[in-house]
Amino acid sequence: MGEEKKPEFWRWTETNWVNPEIDWKRAKFLSVGIDVGSVSTQAVIMADGEIFAYGNMRTGSDSPNSARNGLNFAMEKTDMPESRIDSCIGTGYGRVNVPMADRTLTEIACHARGANFIYGPQVRTVLDVGGQDMKAIQCDDKGRVTNFLMNDKCAAGTGRGMEVFADLLGVPIVEVGERSYNVKQEPPAVSNTCVVYAKSEATGLLRKGWTTEEVLAAYCRAMAERIYSLVERLGVIPEFAITGGMAKNRGVIDRLMPMIGLEPAKTQWDSQIAGGVGAALFAFALCQKGKGKERKPRSA
Amino acid sequence: MLANYGYQDGSGEYFITVDTEKCDGCGDCVNICPARVFEVVEEDPNDPLREEPVAMVTPDKRRKLKYECNPCKPSVNRPPLPCVKSCKAGAFSHSW
Repeated sequence: MGEEKKPEFWRWTETNWVNPEIDWKRAKFLSVGIDVGSVSTQAVIMADGEIFAYGNMRTGSDSPNSARNGLNFAMEKTDMPESRIDSCIGTGYGRVNVPMADRTLTEIACHARGANFIYGPQVRTVLDVGGQDMKAIQCDDKGRVTNFLMNDKCAAGTGRGMEVFADLLGVPIVEVGERSYNVKQEPPAVSNTCVVYAKSEATGLLRKGWTTEEVLAAYCRAMAERIYSLVERLGVIPEFAITGGMAKNRGVIDRLMPMIGLEPAKTQWDSQIAGGVGAALFAFALCQKGKGKERKPRSA
Repeated sequence: MLANYGYQDGSGEYFITVDTEKCDGCGDCVNICPARVFEVVEEDPNDPLREEPVAMVTPDKRRKLKYECNPCKPSVNRPPLPCVKSCKAGAFSHSW
């Protein structure tokens, strides 16, 4: 029997980082935000409202374990003991399963707050394209949500859909963006209402003789159109910031932005940590109010 | 805050918008809705620093609004929607 080895094209790089300029021992409050998404989990540790360390990894099939692994991954390069954490807030799709969280908040509140921090207070519209849902959020200069729209009914136009396509076409997910521009002529979009329809449509196109790159381009365009229909409904006020894993996919974002007619805000930070940053900032606000260690009953 | 609960799918857009600036959390909508689509929570999870009661669409109904709201929306002689009518503050609107 031969050993079956299947490359995992959907797999993206897991990262952790620690800020060498921050000495956690001097921090008054250490707050943590854990964003357990449907696809990825981020744990962000903040020292007095500044990002001290974070970990960004894949969510496993077990949410409590993912939250634990995420936090361990974030703490890996630090010598900070977990007992030093003053407050922890869970957010994201799997937020009810974060055992160490003092309380939970919706990812909408956290992404707005996080985008306000990592992209700057001039951001008024935040688009979060996550693993299985997308959210368009308008916020004020303090990162407070003023209007939001979320589509979590189906995974079309989300990271999960992109993973399915990467796997179908055998293209590593990090290369999808670049390779989708490797076409002579931009092809029309495939179905933008359903990943499964789009996938069967793509299989048909491949049989017709389309190149892998053309199919990728057609799917990236479909995703951009899908995302645009959500953004259009909410309306865009500049500046416009994109959070979540899809912000790293040039194939979708560079097709989306001309539809919107704006340039996306830029940041030095990983776009995926915005939700965790927001949660950590809320946790920091709780510490300042003196509610850090008080264990509140968890709410969904 | 305008909170849009609902979804968009291949057949259209199904959103109920709650204007949380207008909503005072009285709960009239909760009892009047035949499908029990609404609930009042003590603290808005999307605006945690506000700390005032507010009406929202219950999480398990958010992905089914097309069906849950359907009985209140006949194709002809459409009466005012009970939820919209019950809200004295005028905090609700439907997208479809």
